[in-house]
Amino acid sequence: MILGVIEHDRGKLNEASLEMLTLARTLGSPLEAVLIGADAGPFRETLKEYGVTKVYEVQHDQLGEYAPRAWGTSVVQLVRAKSPQAVLAAGTDRGNEVMAHVGAALGLPVAANCTEVRPGEGVYEVTRLRWGGSLLEDAELHGEPKLLTVAPHALSPEPASAGEVAVEAFRPTLDEKDLRVRVSAREEREREGVPLTEAKVVVGGGRGVGSAEGFKILEELAHLLGGAVGGSRVATNNGWRPHSDQIGQTGVQIAPDLYIACGISGAIQHIVGVKGAKYILAINKDPEAPIFQRADFGIVGDLHEVVPALVEEIKKRKSS
Amino acid sequence: MKVLVCIKRVPDTGARFELTPDGQEIDTRNLEFTISPHEECAVEEAIRLVEQHGGESVVLTLGPEAAAEQLREALAKGVDKGVLLETDGSEWDPVATAEAIAQAVQQLESEQGQGPFDLLLFGNESADAGYYQVGVRVADRLDRPCVAGIKALKVEDGKARAKREVPGGWEIYELPLPCVFTVKEGINVPRHPSLRGIMTAKKKEIRRLTPEKPTMQLVKRRLRKPPERGGECEILGEGVAAVPKAVEKLKEIGVI
Ligand SMILES: Cc1cc2nc3c(=O)[nH]c(=O)nc-3n(C[C@H](O)[C@H](O)[C@H](O)COP(=O)(O)OP(=O)(O)OC[C@H]3O[C@@H](n4cnc5c(N)ncnc54)[C@H](O)[C@@H]3O)c2cc1C
Repeated sequence: MILGVIEHDRGKLNEASLEMLTLARTLGSPLEAVLIGADAGPFRETLKEYGVTKVYEVQHDQLGEYAPRAWGTSVVQLVRAKSPQAVLAAGTDRGNEVMAHVGAALGLPVAANCTEVRPGEGVYEVTRLRWGGSLLEDAELHGEPKLLTVAPHALSPEPASAGEVAVEAFRPTLDEKDLRVRVSAREEREREGVPLTEAKVVVGGGRGVGSAEGFKILEELAHLLGGAVGGSRVATNNGWRPHSDQIGQTGVQIAPDLYIACGISGAIQHIVGVKGAKYILAINKDPEAPIFQRADFGIVGDLHEVVPALVEEIKKRKSS
Repeated sequence: MKVLVCIKRVPDTGARFELTPDGQEIDTRNLEFTISPHEECAVEEAIRLVEQHGGESVVLTLGPEAAAEQLREALAKGVDKGVLLETDGSEWDPVATAEAIAQAVQQLESEQGQGPFDLLLFGNESADAGYYQVGVRVADRLDRPCVAGIKALKVEDGKARAKREVPGGWEIYELPLPCVFTVKEGINVPRHPSLRGIMTAKKKEIRRLTPEKPTMQLVKRRLRKPPERGGECEILGEGVAAVPKAVEKLKEIGVI
């Protein structure tokens, strides 16, 4: 049996779980799922569509809010009761955190962020992401059961109906140590403008922008194109932009129609954040800058001259 | 307040990775090394907490002798002491790494005889291996509460209040001390070491321990480069002269 940990936030399914189930199905059968702290009812149809034949509904009166170790302990107790060959979760913040607890309790490693898994006798061969996806690692995963998470967006979710799905209640025994860490409150964030991850056009600024002031003209360009502004780690580390604007390995990964890179050299950790962009336009004064090897279009020049001229020209075209 | 922060030495790669011919490592012959970014922020957080509450900060790494360079960097920024868990430089899987760190924490705590570190801080994931589990495993091994991937932290009245970013907002967690956090870049803007810091770091103590290497259960076979984005870049021209052509392109691809 292969067991998938279904991720949800207060009953709302995380789509990355469907990618996980799509991969999990290829590892063996039957495919079963564990759902913690939510009613299985609303999930049944979707899980059935993705090939799940049984859902364990973990029931406990203290699991209404996300509690990482309690989730982990629930999975561990289910593993001990049902002996799956492999346990998978999505390679998200929660998925990786829960599986880390599972791995710790079972004394087994977790292969985080796998893109491919080839099950074998006693050993799985996995391909997993390193450097935020800039590099792939082929590795051997030992231990029983195999524990792994699936890198988000590594494959597209594909339904393959199981025909029928059963629901079975599972009651874990949780103690104070399992329950002492849980979400105790939430804060909403005001949404201002187009979020980076959803913008069709992103204007990115790096060291070449030179200051927080320097980003004003980039804002104007982004505004004209209905887009958002982001930056390199140099821009955020210097305090020119908030960290939430950072694009790359330790920032956000974006997939706009157009990314305009201004005064950005094209370091691999930055590029991994924009590899989903349809087009890249680079503006850089150094014709040898590596960004030109990753871009579709380039302007060699000083961004402090080129970007204002671009703004003017677009305004002109828009009004004519 | 006593804070232990765990870091990892990683290559500071530029525009491309070059791999060694056997595909086992990144070719680091022309590269410098650095502290992985999340951990750089963990170091900053440790220094700020001790500045605010008094006490002592300790930085620990598991790695080759050369990783003393990253410990010195943290000491130069203001951490008080360093601990090097020295290895032969080969890769340790997350089970082995966490076990070695947990044992070192127990040893340091029993030697100093003043109870546990109030906080253990880690990066959310190392930049190179990206296992996403060492901090959580150490916490469970030592039976301490833990939250991964936090981006804000406040310690007051024996409690730690941490925030984790989620789509649309923040989750708040309140943990009793002692506890463990793994932090993400963005929790703070790390400082650069001062000249004086660099000088005094030379005199600070680095303790060396040699953990035993167990059998690995997650074994690297080889590294590969994924297909790269790219192809031909069309240079539209130089300076402002290129602007009209650029605007044509933007029209062509449908963003204007
Ligand atoms: C583990 C790790 C993780 C990292 N994660 C990230 C990440 O998430 N995101 C990220 O961005 N970086 C990340 N980095 C840092 C990354 O390696 C680079 O250091 C960083 O991206 C460089 O930023 P930059 O291009 O703005 O600056 P630089 O590399 O200094 O490049 C500046 C460029 O601007 C050009 N320029 C200067 N002035 C002008 C001007 N007036 N007009 C036009 N062009 C000009 C220069 O020719 C140069 O090409 C990470 C590094 C490590 C080691």
